[in-house]
Parts: sequence; C-alpha cells; structure tokens
Amino acid sequence: MGLLDRLRQLRGVIPDDDIAGRTQALVVRGNEFGFDEFGLSRDSLRGAARVARWLYRNYFRASAFGIEHIPASGRVLFVANHSGQLPFDGLVIGAACFLEPAQPRLVRSMVEYFVPTVPFASYLFARWGQITGTPENCRRLLAAEEAVLVFPEGARGISKSFSKRYQLAEFGTGFLRLALEMQAPIVPIAVIGAEEQAPAINVKPLARLLRSPSFPIVPYPPFLPLVPLPVKYRLYFGAPISVTGDPDDDDEVLDEKVKIVRHRIQGMIQLGLREREHVFW
Amino acid sequence: MADLAQPAAGPRKVVITGISGRLGRIVARRLHHELDWQIVGLDRRPMPGRPKDIEHHQVDLRSKKARDVFRTGDVDALIHLGVMHDPRARAAEIYSWNITGTTKLLEYCQAYRVPKVVLLSSANVYGPRPDNPQFLTEDAPLLAAQRFPQMRDLVEIDHLVSTFLWRAQGVETVILRPVHIVGPVHNAPSNYLRIERPPVLLGFDPMVQLIHYQDIANAIVAALAPGQRGIYNVVGPGEVPLSAVLQELGREPVQIPHPVAKPILSLAFRLGLSSFPVAELDFIRYVCMVDGRRAHAELGFRPRFGLRETIHAIDEPA
Repeated sequence: MGLLDRLRQLRGVIPDDDIAGRTQALVVRGNEFGFDEFGLSRDSLRGAARVARWLYRNYFRASAFGIEHIPASGRVLFVANHSGQLPFDGLVIGAACFLEPAQPRLVRSMVEYFVPTVPFASYLFARWGQITGTPENCRRLLAAEEAVLVFPEGARGISKSFSKRYQLAEFGTGFLRLALEMQAPIVPIAVIGAEEQAPAINVKPLARLLRSPSFPIVPYPPFLPLVPLPVKYRLYFGAPISVTGDPDDDDEVLDEKVKIVRHRIQGMIQLGLREREHVFW
Repeated sequence: MADLAQPAAGPRKVVITGISGRLGRIVARRLHHELDWQIVGLDRRPMPGRPKDIEHHQVDLRSKKARDVFRTGDVDALIHLGVMHDPRARAAEIYSWNITGTTKLLEYCQAYRVPKVVLLSSANVYGPRPDNPQFLTEDAPLLAAQRFPQMRDLVEIDHLVSTFLWRAQGVETVILRPVHIVGPVHNAPSNYLRIERPPVLLGFDPMVQLIHYQDIANAIVAALAPGQRGIYNVVGPGEVPLSAVLQELGREPVQIPHPVAKPILSLAFRLGLSSFPVAELDFIRYVCMVDGRRAHAELGFRPRFGLRETIHAIDEPA
C-alpha cells in the first residue's frame, strides 16, 4: 500500500462534492452578462471552487465543526483569526461554507487595499466574490443579505511570527461598528492549523526597504512562504453573537463588545488546540 | 420624467455651451423638438447644419459677446456642456478656457438672474483608485487629479460649480456626474471603445459603468425641472468588466504590462500612433464606479436603455 493510499485511509472517504450543482445553488445577483455588481461571476467561481475543494479536502484535509452555525440565508458577519502569511485561512473558510452546509453559502471576504494593484489578483479576486475591504462595500453586501468575512487582526494577524502563534493580535473596532449599524449577527470562527502552514519570522528592515507590511521568511526552500505546508486545518464555527448598541459610540464603549467577540474566538482556539493531536493530521 | 416636458407658459429659453459637439446637438435636439424649448447655443466652434430656429453664437466664453447673451435677462436655464478636454491642445490654453470660462458663466447667471444652472461634470472626477469603494457616493472627495494632473480641469470646474451651488442660493444649480457616456459622441470612453485594437493592462479588468447618450439627455431634462438642485451621480443600466464590453463589441485588445504602459503609450501618443491619452490609464486599471441612488430618488432618473443597447450605442452613426 502506497503512502498516498495510507493517507487516504487515514482520513476516510472524500465526499463527492457536487461542485457544479453547488455553484448553481449559490445565490448570485448577476446581470445579463453574468456578473454581479462587485464583478463576481458564477463561471469563474466554478473553476475556483474546484481548486479550493482540492485544497480543502486533499491538501489541508480540513475538518469543520459547528457547521450548524452557518446561516443558510440572511446577512451575517463572519469574524475569524488571521494567520499564515498567505490568506489560505480565508480560502478554507470560504470552501467550508461552500462545501459543508446543505445550502452552500457564498462568503465574501474583505481583502487588503493593495490587492487591486496586483495584476491578475486584481480581477480574479473580484470574479470569485472577494471585495476590497472598505466599510461601504461591507455595508452594501450586508444590506443585500450576503455573508461577509472579516479578519479584525488584519495585516498584524496574518504576518505575525511563529513565536506569537495562536495569540490574537489587537482587534480593530470597524467590524463591530458595521455589525451594529447593519444589525448583522456575528458568527465567530477559530482557525487552527494556518499558523503552522508557514512558520515564519518577519525581517523588518527588508519590509521597510520594500515598503511592504511585512517580509516573512521561512526556514526551508525557497525561504519565502509561497507554498504553505500541508498542515491539517480545523475550523470552529461558534454560535452567532447578536450585538446591540449605538454604532457611533466611542471606541472605549465599543472595545468592551469587541473584547467579547475576541474572547469567544480565543476560547474556541484554546479548545481547538486541546482537541488537536498533531499539526499535520 | 415625461411630466416635466410641458413648460408652464410659453417656450422657455435655455443657453447650451458646447452645443456644436455631438452631445450638445443631441441635447439641443431633445429640448427643442420634443419639449419646445427655445435654444441659444454658445460655442467657439461653428454649428453647421443647425436648424434655423436655433440661435447660435460662435464666441469665446470669456468674451463680452458671451455676456450679451445673458444680458437680456430672459434666460431660464444654462446647460454647461462646454468643458474642453482636447488631449492634443495646449494645457495652459485649455485650463484658462475651462476655468475662466466657467467662472464667467456663473457670474452672468447670478448677475442676470438665471434661475437654473446644469453642469454636466463626470463620475471620473472621483478618480480611479485601488482603495475606492465599489460605489462612490456624491460626498466622496474628488481625487482624479492626484495621479494624473491632466484631470485637474474637470475637478476644478466641478468644485467651482459646487461652491456656486451653496453660495448662490437664488439659483437652482444641478451638477450631474454621469458614468462613461457611450454613443456617437466624442468623449474619452467612446473614443476608446471605437479603437479596433484598444490597449488594456495585462492582469487588470476593472468593472465599469456605461450610460447611453440618450439617457444622459433624459437626465439633463430631469435636472431642468423646477425645484431640483444638488449634486447627482448618474448611472446607466449596470456594471460589467471592461473585457466583457470589448468582447461584446468584437474588439481585439492589446495586452500591455502595467509597469511599461505609461512610457509606451505616451510615446505612441506623441508619435500619433495611438489616440489613447495616458491620463486615462488608471480608468482601465482600477474601479471608479458610482452609486446613482440619489438621482433615482430625487430626480426620478432611471436609464431607459439596457446594458447591451448601451454598449452598442457606440455603433450608431453620428
């Protein structure tokens, strides 16, 4: 029995995901050319979903817990911890919401402002439903009853060095203001595994030189975290948190509510780490 | 909008700057034939083939003769379409024409009690930027001139008229900021869409908004209705990627890597090999789309033409 077969046995049978059917079942507000107002196209998404499925099922062998907390419809703000140098955590969360529930859910993550300046990523991200992370965009999608994914740690989270793994960086308050204003429930998500996909240290002088938010290097060729290690992902979806209050309150008032969300995620991370037996399987 | 068509008493008199351009003629025709307005044209160019009952003055907006048009005191509205943006003319001359010309026009309107001023600005004044929200609202800053100073005239005229809107309370001022106007007209987007092998940037394909030239005429008519004042984005039937528009028109785009696009295209422009102005490069790179809900709610404006009809308006004979 080859190593591949052994691995396959280890993780049981891969379900035969009906990608075409699931893509068709997604709610897409497309026009006569097949694009929604943010540039999402069902045809582009179908191709991307096949790759995402392979990464989700075969490469990262992801397990998702708390699937019942993914609402089948209606506005929702997914809030997750961010890590791993490259945003595969966003991809895995998106794949989970697409593949796991009975009714697939399209997740629209808020991406960094530099993404639209990168050739190909600029429009491919849009075709796959990802949006530039402005508050206006988030508001518009929530108003249209869509699901938006935010990483309140932002760049601080994804580029954190290996020694800081699973320690949440500071959360911004923007996501909470949006949730309050749009009266959207928050579904907290803990991602376990992404921290080890690229155990990196941040070379700050080089980052400054290149004017990039970080310059991570990893201790194996090609020394840049271009290809993630085949870690096992574990996703924990928590029960929805409904927040109430005035979105225009001072930061100090909102900080209390942000802390509640942050603690929930930190708690789910601790649980996930306790349940995990090994980084790679 | 149709109910605005009937004038209260007798034909009303409207001054249209830039009437000799294609869009100017279309607007004049609409107001004259369908709504029975009395038209006075102001343009530095002649207006060959004009109907006999359209009055035309071939003058410089900065000249005394332009003032005389308003001096009679019976002008009911000014439609300012005469924003000059000839990429091959001298920048200083265009600047003076645009800024001084607009300032003078606004002075006349205030001095001779013109009750309505409509400026046809452009949604391009916001500027294409990577961090733009997908849909900009009217209160977004006008940043178009930041990366390409050639855009500055457009922004300054818009600012001039915005200031006038708040200062001259007796004048109902309307600023329309339409998305790319498509049709048998001479403007940057229509010129671009007419190129058989238009330049595009490798790896970039922004969403764009287009509007049919007839719909713009409708928006201007809506803005002329008594009581309307304010700043309005005017959007067409929807959003599509630039590539889908070019494909629909059967164009064969030339892919240029963005780091070399600026030097290559400015050289080609200087040599007369390309008619694509470099200042418009960011419009084929980043989004610059607007939210048209205010014009819908307050002006009652809604585009009549669909996406395909709007794209194919480019094929219409002039």
